[in-house]
Amino acid sequence: MRQRLRTKLQFTAIGWFAALVMAFPIFWMTLAAFKTEIDAVASPPLLFFTPTLENFAEMQERIDYIAHFWNSVAVAFGATALALLLAIPAAYVMAFYPGRRTQGILLWMLSTKFMPAVGVLVPIYLLLRDAHLLDTRTGLIVITLFGNLPIVVWMLYSFFKEVPREILEAARVDGAGALQQIVRLVLPLALPGVASTALLSIIMSWNESFWCINVTEVNAATLALAIASFSNPEGFFWAKLSAASVAAVAPMLVLGWCTQRQLVRGLTFGAVK
Amino acid sequence: MSTTTLYAPAVARRRGRGHPGFFRRGTTWLMAPAVAALFAWMIVPLILTLWFSVQRYNLQDPAGRGFAGFDNYVYLFTDPSLATALLNTVIIVVGDLAVTIGVGILLAIVFDQPFFGRGIARLLAIAPFFVMPTVSALVWKNLLMHPVYGLFAWIANSLGFEAIDWFGDYPLASVIAIVGWEWTPFATLILLTSLQSVDREQVDAAHLDGASPLAVFRFVILPHLARPIAVVVMLETIFFLVVYAEIVVTTVGGPGLATTNLSFLIYSRALLAFDVGGASAAGVLAIVLANVITFLFVRTVARQM
Amino acid sequence: MLCAGADGSIRAGDLKNEEETVNKKKWLLSAVLAAALGWGAAAQAQTTLTIATVNNPDMIVMQKYSKKFEEQSGIKLKWLVLEENVLRQRVTTDISTKGGQFDIITIGMYETPIWGKNGWLVPLQDTPASYDLNDVLESVRNGLSYDGKLYSLPFYAESTMMFYRTDLFKAAGLTMPEHPTWDDVATLASKITNKSKQIYGICLRGQPGWGENMGIAGLLGNTFGGQLFDADWHSGYNSPAWKKAIAFYVDLMHKDGPPGAAGNGFNENLALMSSGHCGMWVDATVAAGILYDPKRSQVADKVGFANAPIESWNKGNGWLWAWALAVPTSSTHTAEAKKFIEWATSKDYIDMVGKTDGWVTAPPGTRASTYANPEYQKAAPFAKITLGLIESADVVHGTKDPKPYTGITFATIPEMQAIGNFAGQQIAAALTGKESVDQALDSAADNANRVLKQAGYIK
Repeated sequence: MRQRLRTKLQFTAIGWFAALVMAFPIFWMTLAAFKTEIDAVASPPLLFFTPTLENFAEMQERIDYIAHFWNSVAVAFGATALALLLAIPAAYVMAFYPGRRTQGILLWMLSTKFMPAVGVLVPIYLLLRDAHLLDTRTGLIVITLFGNLPIVVWMLYSFFKEVPREILEAARVDGAGALQQIVRLVLPLALPGVASTALLSIIMSWNESFWCINVTEVNAATLALAIASFSNPEGFFWAKLSAASVAAVAPMLVLGWCTQRQLVRGLTFGAVK
Repeated sequence: MSTTTLYAPAVARRRGRGHPGFFRRGTTWLMAPAVAALFAWMIVPLILTLWFSVQRYNLQDPAGRGFAGFDNYVYLFTDPSLATALLNTVIIVVGDLAVTIGVGILLAIVFDQPFFGRGIARLLAIAPFFVMPTVSALVWKNLLMHPVYGLFAWIANSLGFEAIDWFGDYPLASVIAIVGWEWTPFATLILLTSLQSVDREQVDAAHLDGASPLAVFRFVILPHLARPIAVVVMLETIFFLVVYAEIVVTTVGGPGLATTNLSFLIYSRALLAFDVGGASAAGVLAIVLANVITFLFVRTVARQM
Repeated sequence: MLCAGADGSIRAGDLKNEEETVNKKKWLLSAVLAAALGWGAAAQAQTTLTIATVNNPDMIVMQKYSKKFEEQSGIKLKWLVLEENVLRQRVTTDISTKGGQFDIITIGMYETPIWGKNGWLVPLQDTPASYDLNDVLESVRNGLSYDGKLYSLPFYAESTMMFYRTDLFKAAGLTMPEHPTWDDVATLASKITNKSKQIYGICLRGQPGWGENMGIAGLLGNTFGGQLFDADWHSGYNSPAWKKAIAFYVDLMHKDGPPGAAGNGFNENLALMSSGHCGMWVDATVAAGILYDPKRSQVADKVGFANAPIESWNKGNGWLWAWALAVPTSSTHTAEAKKFIEWATSKDYIDMVGKTDGWVTAPPGTRASTYANPEYQKAAPFAKITLGLIESADVVHGTKDPKPYTGITFATIPEMQAIGNFAGQQIAAALTGKESVDQALDSAADNANRVLKQAGYIK
């Protein structure tokens, strides 16, 4: 018993040390958010200082945080919902009717992500311009959707494969169509996997900054763009940037906090038998 | 090449193996929207990219626009930066895979053990994954790694060492470290999930048989992790191949070419020099390489999945 | 365009009432449709201008005061405020593809002549008499013109000056000449450096980029007697003058510069200088306003200033840069956009900022009247030097031998960024000791010649 407690204490020490090391840069950034600009670059660095909220106040004065926030929410959730809508049927087919080419199609899908986004910026910009989708949420949702779709399909595929075939066979004999099978059986059985896929897609969409910066400006701009307006001006910016970053990252940290159980249990990728 | 024909033989084969075939049509159209949408998303820019790659097209010089033949390709392949960029791309991918998987395994093992406050500690450890790449890079560069006013410099100085000029002396390693920090949580999460399904009895039995913890890890746990590691390799490779934001913020590809990878090379052509023709030619190269890598994946990693 | 425009048949208030009565579902549907078709911004009752600008402090002030403009004119403004590099990418992509997303853009002395030549910008010289265009400094106007036409109006302008720590100089018994030479700088730096106290004699930019380290490298190149391109457009990077200049720079930075210099741009150096780590710093004149501000600088009462150093050639030792406002021809609200630009670059605007926020924060470098103002002179002791530097900066001449390009530390050609960024990388590599100065400049020159050959400058 004592041996057990000792091991547990040892792991407590190691675990917390590791956690603190990993989180330290974020902690340090959060501290900087409450420093004055001059304190943020003071050397030696300051651990104790008079905290100030002026960075957050200035952030709110310069950008409409709420508007950016809702754009981020709309894009992250919109793109994720649409990606799931497209990906669930596709993953169903791939998982339950796999063929010689299934693997090939999956990898082809993933390979569309190997192309650096910046290489296709001008073509995409021209297409969006002609579709009148520049600086619209719709435009950004579509782009984000395509960015995430390959990974979403692929993850769902690996989760669906875990669903026992026999259950589906039985349903099929009872006359259940594909959609019924998906809604009644596959989704409920693979729910943890679907949830963690959705979460991952939301996180990736939230943090996506390249397209947001390059195809939106005022109406559909997400928090990623708001951050670009605080980085690297002529003059000090680390405290203000930290404040903006904390404000931009906080919603995702809260979401991560609330759903970490899902994330930790759901990312099985078909490894659990 | 329509998606239907792509898929039809596969279904036929399945049917041949005795599966009831009356869902064939239903199943095919279910896959169509995703495949068609992605295909359109890929093919339209691809055609435009191919077209631009044979054009003389500097965004700031519309008067000079015209057909360039293979000039952009000749320019690309005679560019002394290209070989370095390809090598750096590989180093970043391999280096970061090693970092994230190595550290990820250690963290996963630690967080698989019960300890006090594990939930909170686990959340702290995965937090870097939620931070946007540009922000992490700025924080690391200025608040932590700056050799005069950064925190690391202060620690080094207080211990009596000279501060390290990270981005001057170890530019590539520094970039790898930042990217590794961002992605280690991702690897940790997937590996941790998998560890939770390790057969406890098997581990306990091995312990009782007198196996050292290292042997248990090597012969029981590591084989169990093979598949999730393959997953991590595959997913992370996708992101590591196109790393550029961290490079733009910290070293701008330098000093010299020390941190220029293919992605940054394309970025600098397209958005620093506005040479769309040159960037497109490099983009076409990236697409070709993507297919080579996909092929390699089919041959190696994909077998695990 | 479906925009209701200034005649305003739809009022914002009406829209709001309507929204409330329409049931929610229908509204949602129409909103989605409107968004999908890009009509979101079109249903405005008044003219709305979209303005893209840099996130530098002076522009933040402009954004703050623009509410007054909105009240006076009834024109509404929507702001996109981005860091310099991102803004440049964004605006260049849009204007060159005729995306038409912006009514007012903030561009510099590099873009203005190129884009004016391309016909992308509305000429702006027909300003009202009250604007007093001749009050705008001539060298700045020249830099913002192409073929005799003015394509943007300057918001603020800067040159290069020397900042130094009076307390350290005093303690070491040194004085700073009014017109220092680079050799003076080297001698002074070696006496100031005290590495154990983290005090470095000289801070200079090292972060690669055509607008970062190539700014200072370009000045060194000029004043050591070199130039960016010779009369036939061959690169000057591998000329003896440039090699001498960069060897001097690398040597100086090794001996008396801070560690990590290759990562330091304007901001990093500003942080070093204002937290007391630099003995001298040669950089943009706009830094003066920050260094003198006790809220933003720990050395506010210990900063002296002098002219940018010279060497064998006494010109081309200070760059000239202006952030200016322009109207893309793709804008559908040209007249309103011009109105805003004339407001933001007017004497009255400078006066308003000076009186409300303190004269030291007034946008510098654009108008003779600012420098004639005794209040500004009192608040900004560096005013005279700045004015002299900006007035003498010459974008057409200024190098020892004749040159084919306009510009001091950059040439106003589309290929400059590709050339300058690569050269910047090479010089950074020389600075970190990864390459020798000769190697670095040879490959910078090779790259420049490659690019110019590809673009048809070199026959």
